[in-house]
Amino acid sequence: MVAKFDLNDDSVVVIIGTGAGGGVLANELAQKGVKVVALEAGGRYLPDDYINDEWESFGQLAWLDARTTSGDWRVAKDFAGLPAWIVKAVGGTTTHWAGASIRFQEHEWKALTTYGAVEGANLLDWPIDAAEMAPWYALAETKLGVTLTEGRAGLPGSNNYKVFEAGAKKLGYKEVHTGRMAINSSEYDERPACQQTGFCFQGCKWGAKWSAAYTDIPRGEATGNLEVREHAHVARILHDDSGKVTGVEYFDKDGNLHLQKARIVSVAGNSFESPRLLLNSASAMFPNGLANSSDQVGRNYMRHTTGSIYGIFDKPVRMWRGTTMAGIIQDEARHDPSRGFVGGYELETLSLGLPFMAAFLNPGGWGRGFTTALDHYENMAGMWIVGEDMPQATNRVTLSDTKDQWGLPVANVHFDDHPNDVAMRNHAYKQGMAIYDAVGATRSFPTPPYPSTHNLGTNRMSERPEDGVCNKWGQTHDIANLFISDGSQFTTGASENPTLTIVALAIRQADHIAREMAAGNL
Amino acid sequence: MSKLERKGLTRRALLGRAVAVGALAIAGTGFIAAPNAAWAMEVSVITPEQMATLMQMARDIYPHDQVADRFYAVAVKVYDDAAAKDLVDAGIAALNAAAQAQGHADYLSIGWEEDRVKVLQAVEGEVFFQTVRAGLVTGLYNQKDVWPIFGYEGESFSQGGYIDRGFDDIDWL
Repeated sequence: MVAKFDLNDDSVVVIIGTGAGGGVLANELAQKGVKVVALEAGGRYLPDDYINDEWESFGQLAWLDARTTSGDWRVAKDFAGLPAWIVKAVGGTTTHWAGASIRFQEHEWKALTTYGAVEGANLLDWPIDAAEMAPWYALAETKLGVTLTEGRAGLPGSNNYKVFEAGAKKLGYKEVHTGRMAINSSEYDERPACQQTGFCFQGCKWGAKWSAAYTDIPRGEATGNLEVREHAHVARILHDDSGKVTGVEYFDKDGNLHLQKARIVSVAGNSFESPRLLLNSASAMFPNGLANSSDQVGRNYMRHTTGSIYGIFDKPVRMWRGTTMAGIIQDEARHDPSRGFVGGYELETLSLGLPFMAAFLNPGGWGRGFTTALDHYENMAGMWIVGEDMPQATNRVTLSDTKDQWGLPVANVHFDDHPNDVAMRNHAYKQGMAIYDAVGATRSFPTPPYPSTHNLGTNRMSERPEDGVCNKWGQTHDIANLFISDGSQFTTGASENPTLTIVALAIRQADHIAREMAAGNL
Repeated sequence: MSKLERKGLTRRALLGRAVAVGALAIAGTGFIAAPNAAWAMEVSVITPEQMATLMQMARDIYPHDQVADRFYAVAVKVYDDAAAKDLVDAGIAALNAAAQAQGHADYLSIGWEEDRVKVLQAVEGEVFFQTVRAGLVTGLYNQKDVWPIFGYEGESFSQGGYIDRGFDDIDWL
């Protein structure tokens, strides 16, 4: 029996966003008997609804509401209104994600201590560490059914992986495998094994990939403690004279404004919408926005140092066949400043269909240099760089002069590459091209970063209130009953795909919130 | 009965659903329906010369010698529209002026692609060029009939993915 809570019920936890952070938090709390109203700006789509066609699927799932951009990153020029490729739907970007599920390395929790101060970077140690997170990571891996953990078999290698692996081994790389993936290598948790269909980014029609949309969300609803309201766009978080949050105002799909009261509010709208909402909730008491006494809300935006490398061979690869990201090289993920940069990067297999390859190969490019590369699409192999980028105070989300369909200022996303990011990317491009050259590529090329899928850091965790927005529980330093539950709480980005860490933090946060509620502290 | 079977999530049940989805996709309206080859010069708003210029531009911006004219025609037919007429008039006039500045009679009369590319480079910062180029990215490459020319196979769910159809069949490494 799906719950239905009254707008005036001020005993509920309101969670804004239903992705890896909010969707997991909602289910975990509901399982513990906590009443939850989850507000989701998008609609609900399930495997039957997903479309194995890149542009049609993009139109169905992507967040296409207005955003603006600035800064020297190429995305601001090529995709000025689309700084991120993320999802507006129940389950959030767990619909679109590729499934790579790897833990942070121990030293990455202590970026400032490990790397030392880096000029122009706003580095900080997390207030938590690898030992603290280990049991939560284990719970997350069990929830997601991550391959190559807890005895689960790895996924089989696709053609794209085989090229990648052969090149990596010729270069002497050792940590090369099909990845720790939240995509089933055999039936697990009522979901079937991967059928190598190739449209991981468009939502898995088999349900072989973990997504909150068809696991945590319906399971939370089945407890009778979770109500998910779709097409509910939160406009503002409200507070009382004591400075505690009391509820949220949201627009329904017809544009009617509602006020849902709350005992606790959790913000989990991804790293653009979460700070935007806090900033748009400014009041006489909090003129700079909620939880922003530190002036850190919106700052330290990170997106991982990314880019892709494609190689062309004299024979077919057909990289689009099979699991998109089941392939990883981890040797470069170490911290080794002798390479000319701090932190490290992962290399992971990637492929795009012909329509998206045309759009992303070299945005704005034209002429034979461009088209002769596409002519050999069938003979192409592809990989993606995921590296740790530097938090910078000036890389930030602010309120734009542009308004959305509800009349609310949209997020402006400013990003300039740090010299460390550029040095890392260039190193990764060189290594990636060498990998393909080692197995006979006749041509290889570096492709610039796509609109960001890993958006991190804009409400970061910090030990001291003046350094960030929330504490080690994701609880905001300024407002005890306001929590951050998505990737925006990341203190630093590490070199790993962030979803597993977001899920682990959400499971841990649910445990904390339920305990504090029971103790009468929240 | 396993949990998967109860939920209808077995491979067989999912394939059954996929067939229905595939049939729908074929019967439904595609992104762009490729017309027959009689596209040439059939214009109602812009002139045949303007359409021919747009066609040549499209071929010079994204030249694929193995892709027939009719696919490019599908992509630029959108400019034969009253709403686009001012853009086309001004854009092609500027293109021909750039050609003349480089010693040619007009853009279409230039015999070699590399000479036409030099003219296009002179106008590539203009709205007209950027509109035509950006429009081609989806207008040309998102035609399902174009995909097989590049070897791209499109959706595979209706055929059960590639697990039994060559996801790991590479034999030359």
